Amino acid sequence: MDFNTAAETNIFDRPKILGKAVPRRDGPLKTTGRAPYAYERHDVAEGQLVGYPLGSAIAKGRILSMDTEAARAAPGVRAIVTTLDMEAMPVPSEMHTAHLFGGDKVEHYHQAIAVVVAETFEQARAATALIKVEYDADEGAEFDLLAAYEKMKDTPVDPEVSKGDFETAFANAAHRIDRTYVTTPQNHAQMEPQATVAAWDENGNVTLWTSNQMIQWAKKAVAKTFEMDVEKVRVDSPYVGGGFGNKLFIRSDVVLAALGAKAAGQPVKLAMPRPFVMNNTTHRAGTVQRIRIGTDAQGKIVALAHEGTSNTLPGGSGEDATNQSQHFYAADTLLIATRLAEMHLPEANAMRAPGEASGLMGLEMAMDEMAEELGMDPVQFRLVNDTDTSPATGKKFSDRNFARCLTEGAERFGWENRNTTPGSRREGDWLIGHGVAGAFRPSPATTSGARVRLQADGRIIVETDMTDIGTGSYTIIAQTVAEAMGMDIEDVEVRLGDSAFPVSSGSGGQFGAVSSTAGAYAACTALRREVARRIGHNDADGLSFARGNVTAGAKETPLVDIAPEGEIVAEDKVKFGSFRKDRMVATFAAHFVEVGVNAWTGEVRVRRMLGVCDAGRIMNPTTALSQVIGGMVMGVGAALSEEIAVDTAKGVFINHDLANYEVPVHADIPEQEVVFLDTLDPVSGPLKSKGVGELGLCGVAGAVANAVYNATGVRAREYPITLDKLLDGLPEV
Amino acid sequence: MNTHSDMQAGQDTALPGPTTSKTRLVVNGTERVLEVDNRTTLLDALREHLRLTGTKKGCDHGQCGACTCFVNGQRVNSCLSLAVMHDGDEITTIEGLGTPEDMDPLQAAFVAHDGFQCGYCTPGQICSAKATLEELRAGIPSHVTKDLLANPPLSPEEIKERMSGNICRCGAYANILEAVLDVAEAR
Repeated sequence: MDFNTAAETNIFDRPKILGKAVPRRDGPLKTTGRAPYAYERHDVAEGQLVGYPLGSAIAKGRILSMDTEAARAAPGVRAIVTTLDMEAMPVPSEMHTAHLFGGDKVEHYHQAIAVVVAETFEQARAATALIKVEYDADEGAEFDLLAAYEKMKDTPVDPEVSKGDFETAFANAAHRIDRTYVTTPQNHAQMEPQATVAAWDENGNVTLWTSNQMIQWAKKAVAKTFEMDVEKVRVDSPYVGGGFGNKLFIRSDVVLAALGAKAAGQPVKLAMPRPFVMNNTTHRAGTVQRIRIGTDAQGKIVALAHEGTSNTLPGGSGEDATNQSQHFYAADTLLIATRLAEMHLPEANAMRAPGEASGLMGLEMAMDEMAEELGMDPVQFRLVNDTDTSPATGKKFSDRNFARCLTEGAERFGWENRNTTPGSRREGDWLIGHGVAGAFRPSPATTSGARVRLQADGRIIVETDMTDIGTGSYTIIAQTVAEAMGMDIEDVEVRLGDSAFPVSSGSGGQFGAVSSTAGAYAACTALRREVARRIGHNDADGLSFARGNVTAGAKETPLVDIAPEGEIVAEDKVKFGSFRKDRMVATFAAHFVEVGVNAWTGEVRVRRMLGVCDAGRIMNPTTALSQVIGGMVMGVGAALSEEIAVDTAKGVFINHDLANYEVPVHADIPEQEVVFLDTLDPVSGPLKSKGVGELGLCGVAGAVANAVYNATGVRAREYPITLDKLLDGLPEV
Repeated sequence: MNTHSDMQAGQDTALPGPTTSKTRLVVNGTERVLEVDNRTTLLDALREHLRLTGTKKGCDHGQCGACTCFVNGQRVNSCLSLAVMHDGDEITTIEGLGTPEDMDPLQAAFVAHDGFQCGYCTPGQICSAKATLEELRAGIPSHVTKDLLANPPLSPEEIKERMSGNICRCGAYANILEAVLDVAEAR
């Protein structure tokens, strides 16, 4: 199916099940502990041994020697593979930066340098600790982003976007601010650490039962890393215990399990120990963001500059905090520039809403500061600078309702009753503050395929390599197919995550829901055609599918009577045409937050949160709501507690566990309210929906930060806003 | 130049004495006798030896709560406890609370309120929720209990405090609270 023009009125506009609050279909399995995650696949391969990884204890340099003698002699050990046993294996894909294994070169701390395979976990772990490694550490390595920024900030760079004469417009602006914001590196901290069961067969085929967001990428990456035919690789990942970008790509667990299995001649399973995850895998890079805004006397932005600097391994891409600033607000002149500080921390790569999550932490605080400079209501300031066109590209937004997010949010939140003088509202021991922020995140779509199999009993099995990482794919794909085929959802079975199934979009960049449901619809369209043919029609155009029947004129045929001799299989994929790129397809939100800050200690407590989202058709309000409240929780963490602490002498992420990397817990989260605007975006896809998974995070931290300022009068420009950054400036008590 | 030998954990393989022990557990009402490596945690005894994989390993350090299950009626982080310490103990896991066809009221409430996304922390959340309600009913105070002499209330604040050892990175906290309140009120 080619999606080459904006969707017209179609079956999804009179939905019976799409858009309904259908309970999550994998719920009963997950809540009773029966959904099998990667490390739990006891049944898929006989004789599984256990692998345990060893990580480098230096961040940069070379390995001179590895003594494995004691480890090999340890009880239960069946095989050891060290990085010195082979040349560096190819980097798995263009989206990876660091090598995952092989060779004597160390690129980052906890790079995988050995795998020990033993009969039990306890044996493998103990034997791993017996390996002695001799290193030659490179003492000239760079680990300090702020130091690197100081060195590079005054060196001019070619701007990514330069529209008009920013410098002159800024110099002549009636009002202006020039501020610098810092975000620290963050970790995805998904609850399930990376894990893989690997098994090779006698023909050199490998199967990897793993935990991954992008099955086709994983399959290709394994083939590239092991320099083997891609058709000899199978990847299976039906349940994923969270990803947030950390599982977009294969990581060392896949490589170590496969190497270990090859060496031992038996299947091997390996899970990353939690303290290994943070330095071995990827993180969201830290950023330093200089933002300059100039306005005219009425508050119209005449000049906007956003310069972002982030850390990356050499050759990587860091965190581009500037993207939203090109498109989000009307600006007569623009200057957008990025700098990459190449250093030797672990690999920076995508984490939920890469770019915007960090960039809006800067931009939305700057918008708040500019509004204050103008003496304007920050909601009004954003409304004044709303635009239906991206100032950077000149392209129109396909559908943009940001102003409604702001005005309806302000109304619902009671914005008119907010504290208007920073540091002035006190309830008992608590200073009360209110903050607002806008959110912007593109909503891309990508080719996605599916297969639908109409069974003799009238049920349908859907197969696609799409993943459900908690996002609700099982549920919304079932809804889409039930809608398209006019069936009861109970008669639709969805199978996901197996590379033997048609290639899908996978889960990432908030493109998964839009793309994979359109792919399922494409397959259903093919099936409807075949069903039509079976009842003597050339195509399905004049037929109606409802209540488990197909109706042609006066003749109604139950779907159970269509394929009594055996299943009918139909497969197709959706391809999104270039017309989609003529518009800016994006999602929007406004977040409103109330905080209390302890007047004595500076402790910040979020008291209530409201998000108003503009994301097109909401396919399932239950799962979409969970995506957004979950993003809001992550935004609270980004604002107040999440910080990878970098040992800038050794290049180690030192707080590499869940006790010291502080994500929000139950007690941190207040009442959350979410509103989805009733909007449709026909340019986005046949279902007129857009992504919500990343939108929910965007802007949240900025709203919290602005509320903290409003409560205290202290503007902390370095996230996370911990009490030490507030104490000195708190109002006298 | 520096050398690296992570820790001494491996050295104990040379220590004298038996390295495994026979342990009798009563798991979800059924007696199970295991011969386990002395280093095996209760969590791994469940997941690896008994293949009861509903109890999850999120951190293996007692930091995330995904491994929460019951020992003799009290919730524990099973990753912080060795299997050999539980000879004769009664263990209840998420599998013992209900099945997909016959869910415990809390399991059903988690589904109804969408109290999860990826599902990996969920068994631990449900076990902790069950324990939270029982601890409240037993009048056990918490950090946020204002009157230590009165029975703590079944309030959102009390529930959130008692659930805070169970991390949910998907951020389903608000829905989990709704699910727990729902069951609490039904009782």
